[in-house]
Amino acid sequence: MIDTTDHVEAIAEAIRVGPRVLPVAGGTKPGLSRASGPDVVALDVSGLRGIIEYDPAELTLTALAGTPVAEVAQALADHDQYLPFDPPLAAAGATLGGVVAAATSGANALRHGGVRDFVIGVRFVDGTGRLVSGGGKIVKNAAGFDLPKLMVGSLGGLGVMVQLSFKVFPRPRATTTLAFDLPSREAQLETMARLNRGPVQVDALDLDRSGVLVRLGGDPDALAARARRLCEGVEADVQHFEGAADAAVWRDAAELSWVPAGSRVVRTGLTLRDVPGLDAALAPFAATVRYSLAANLAWIAWPGTRDLADLDAALRSLGRTGVVLTGTGTNAATDARTGGSRLIGAPTGGSFGSRIRSALDPHARFLES
Amino acid sequence: MHDMEERVIGALAQLELGDRLLTSPAAMASFGSDALTAFHQRPLAVVLAESVDDVVRAVRICHRERVPFVARGSGTSLSGGSLPVEGGIVIALNRLNRVLSVDPDARTATVQPGVINLDVSRAAASHGLAYAPDPSSQSICSIGGNVAFNSGGAHCLKHGMTSNHVIGMTVVLPDGELVTLGSDSTEPAGPDWVGMFCGSEGLFGIAVEVTLRLVPVPEAVRTSLAVYDSLQAAGDAVAQIVSAGLLPVAMEIMDALAIEAAEASVKPNYPSGAALLIVELEGEREVVDGDAARLDELLRASGASETTATEDPDARGLIWKGRKSAFSAVGWLAPDYIVQDGVVPRTRLGEALAEIDRMSAEAGIRVANVFHAGDGNLHPLILFDGREPGAVERAEHLAGEILRLCVSLGGSITGEHGIGVEKRAYLSLMFSPDDLALMGDVRRSIDPLELANRGKMLVPETVS
Ligand SMILES: Cc1cc2nc3c(=O)[nH]c(=O)nc-3n(C[C@H](O)[C@H](O)[C@H](O)COP(=O)(O)OP(=O)(O)OC[C@H]3O[C@@H](n4cnc5c(N)ncnc54)[C@H](O)[C@@H]3O)c2cc1C
Repeated sequence: MIDTTDHVEAIAEAIRVGPRVLPVAGGTKPGLSRASGPDVVALDVSGLRGIIEYDPAELTLTALAGTPVAEVAQALADHDQYLPFDPPLAAAGATLGGVVAAATSGANALRHGGVRDFVIGVRFVDGTGRLVSGGGKIVKNAAGFDLPKLMVGSLGGLGVMVQLSFKVFPRPRATTTLAFDLPSREAQLETMARLNRGPVQVDALDLDRSGVLVRLGGDPDALAARARRLCEGVEADVQHFEGAADAAVWRDAAELSWVPAGSRVVRTGLTLRDVPGLDAALAPFAATVRYSLAANLAWIAWPGTRDLADLDAALRSLGRTGVVLTGTGTNAATDARTGGSRLIGAPTGGSFGSRIRSALDPHARFLES
Repeated sequence: MHDMEERVIGALAQLELGDRLLTSPAAMASFGSDALTAFHQRPLAVVLAESVDDVVRAVRICHRERVPFVARGSGTSLSGGSLPVEGGIVIALNRLNRVLSVDPDARTATVQPGVINLDVSRAAASHGLAYAPDPSSQSICSIGGNVAFNSGGAHCLKHGMTSNHVIGMTVVLPDGELVTLGSDSTEPAGPDWVGMFCGSEGLFGIAVEVTLRLVPVPEAVRTSLAVYDSLQAAGDAVAQIVSAGLLPVAMEIMDALAIEAAEASVKPNYPSGAALLIVELEGEREVVDGDAARLDELLRASGASETTATEDPDARGLIWKGRKSAFSAVGWLAPDYIVQDGVVPRTRLGEALAEIDRMSAEAGIRVANVFHAGDGNLHPLILFDGREPGAVERAEHLAGEILRLCVSLGGSITGEHGIGVEKRAYLSLMFSPDDLALMGDVRRSIDPLELANRGKMLVPETVS
C-alpha cells in the first residue's frame, strides 16, 4: 500500500491557506492546467502515482489520481483488459485524474461508454480541506450520492482527487478499421446514423476530413465477416486498415495529431443533428473539426489567431458547451473577452450546479470554470 | 385539523386540481406505503400531477409552507423510498406518462417521469432500439423512480445501471425552481450534474423530464442454463467466464429454494439442482455464435451437471419470467420475507454465499438466494412467519448481519434498491463521519429546509 498521508496533508494545507488552487498533473491539457491570475497557484499532484489494487478477475482497478493512463493501460493489457473509455493523450502523459476532471472520453468509448460510465469510486480533498470518499471499489453500488460521477468534468473545481476506482473490461481480441469515402456531408451523416443503429456493433465511429471512420473490435475469427456486412449497406469507396495501420488511425485521433499547429483544442458535446450548424458556424474561421462518438462529440481545432469569443458565441447559438483543452492562443487580448474561461458556450448546471459547488467549495478555493 | 395543515390544503385547493387533490384517508390509502410494506405513513394530501406546472406549483406551496414532500412514481421501492412523510405531501407522477420524443439518429428518447420502464423500449421498438436497464419490476416501475434510485437489472452487467443511460433532465428543485441538467448528447461538458442527480433518492427534487440513451436491439440473443451441485461451484463458473474475457449481457444465479419458489409460481421448468446459472449472450449473429462456442466449453469445464441453451424467444421469455418473478414467488414458501440487497466483490461471491448459508443455519431462518452474479449483487430473501413472536426481529437481525458481511468483504449495503428508510442506519458502515457530513452539506445546499423526501437516506442515526 502506498502511503499518501503526506501528500494529502499537503493538499489539504494548500487548500486551506494562501492563494486559490488549481490541481495539475500531466499537463497534457494546458488549457485546463494554466493557473490564470495572481491569486491562483497550480498544485502539482503528479506525485500521487501508482496502482493500488488490481485483480483481473474482479474487473476493477484502483489507482492514485496522478497515475499516468499509459501505466494503467499497460497493466491492464498484460491481462487482456482495457479502459473502455479510451482516454486520449495517454502517450503524451495524461493521468487518470486529468482524464476524469476533463471528462475526455476517446473515440473507442462508443462501444461501452465514456469516463462517467466507468468511474466507480473517488477519494478527494474538498474545498475545506476535508478528505472524503464516494462510491466504492465494486461495480454496482447505490449507497450515497454519486460523487465519483460529479468529479467527471469538474475541471479541478470541486475537489482535488487523490484516488480513483474504475470498472474495466476485457479488451477486443482484434480490431480493424474501415474508412468510407462518401460524396457529401449529407451522405456521411446519413451513413453514420445508420451504422450507429446496428446490427453490426462498432467500437468507434468518427468523421474527419477524410470521411467516415469505423472501427470494429472483437473475436478475430468473426472480424472479416462483420466488416463485409458493414460494407454491404454503404455505397462508397472503402479503405481497410489492418494491424499497425489500424492502430495508427486511432493513435492519431487519441494524440490529436491531426490538430494544426498553433490551434486551441475545444471539446464540445452535441448530436448528429447539430453537425451542419456547427460546420457552418466554423467555416468563416477556417477552424478544423473532427466529429467522434457517432457525432456526440466534436473536437474543434480553433486557430490560435482567432478570437475565442467567436467560438463562444457560435456554441451558445447551438446551445452547446465547450471545454478549452489546449493552447493559449496568440491573441491574449481577445482571449480576455471570454475571461480566460475554460468552459465556453452555453452555461451548464444552473443553480443546481452553483448550490452543489457551494457545498463542496464554500470559500471559493478552487476555480469555477 | 391544525392551522398549518388547513392552510396547506387550502393553498393546494387553489391549484384547482379537482379530484386530483386527495385528502381523505380512504382516497390516500394506497399511497401510505411502497413495496417495503412494513412501513406505513399517512400523508396530509396527495397531488396527482398531470403537468410540469402542477409539480412546480405544488412544490412551491410546500416550500412556502415548509411542508415536506415525497415524489412518487409507481411506489415499488423496496427500501421505503416513496414512503410518505408524516404530515407531508405526496406528489404522484404516474399520470406524467408520455414518451415525448424518440430520436433514432441520436439514439435517445425524452420521456416524462411517470413513463413505465418497459414502455420506453416499446416506443423505441419500431426504430430497432431499446432502453437497456431492466429492473425485475420493469413492467410497473417508472423512469422517475429508476432515476432516483439508479436502478439496475439483470442486463446491467454489460450495459450499466440507470445513470449510465440518463444524459439529460429537467428538474424541479425543492424550492420550485426549474433547471435543466445535461443535454441530449452523451458527452457532458462541465461537471456531470446529471450523474449526481441519479441515485439521489428524491433528495434533490423532482425530475419532470428525462432524456435517455437507447441501444440497438440485438439481432441474436442466446440464453444458457447450467446446473451445479453447489452455489460455490456456480459462483466459480462466473469467475471463470469473466477471466476468460467473455462479456455476457447477464449472469444470474438462483439457489434450490429460489428455483422451488419459481416452479411453484410461474413454472419456468428449470432443471433442478442446488444452483442454477443463467448466462445470456447478445449481439451480432457472428459474435454470439463465436462466444457461444467458448461459453459452452467453459460451462462444461466448470463442472456443470447439465447445460442447455436456447434462442427461442418464448423459451427465453419463460426463463426470465421465472427469474424476474423470484421475489414475489418466495411468497409461496413463507408467509413473510425480507428482500435484501447487498454487493460483494465478485471474486468473493463464493465466500459470501457460504457465510450466508452458515448464518442462515445458525439462526434457523431459511434464506433463498437469487442474484446478479456477474455484478456481485446479492439478493438474499429471508423467509419468516410474522405471526411467530420475535420472528420479524430475528429476520431483520439476520438481514443486518448480511449487510455487515458485505461491507466487511469490501462491498456495499445496496446495489440497486437504495438506502430509503430501511438502511439509513447502515450508511455509516461504508462512509466516514466526514463523508456523511459532506453528503449532508450537499443535500442542504440544494434543500436547506430538507423538504424533499425528508428522513430518507441521510439521518444522523448510526449503528455500531
Ligand atoms: C417485485 C419487485 C422487483 C424489483 N426488482 C428490482 C430490480 O431488479 N432492480 C432494481 O433496481 N430495483 C428493483 N425493484 C425496486 C423498484 O422497482 C425500483 O427501485 C424502481 O426504480 C422504483 O420505481 P417506482 O416508480 O416504483 O418509484 P417509487 O417507489 O415511486 O419511488 C422511488 C423513489 O424515487 C423517488 N422518485 C420517484 N419519482 C421521482 C422523480 N420523478 N424525481 C425524483 N424522485 C423521484 C421517490 O421519492 C422515491 O424515493 C423491484 C421492486 C419490486 C416490487
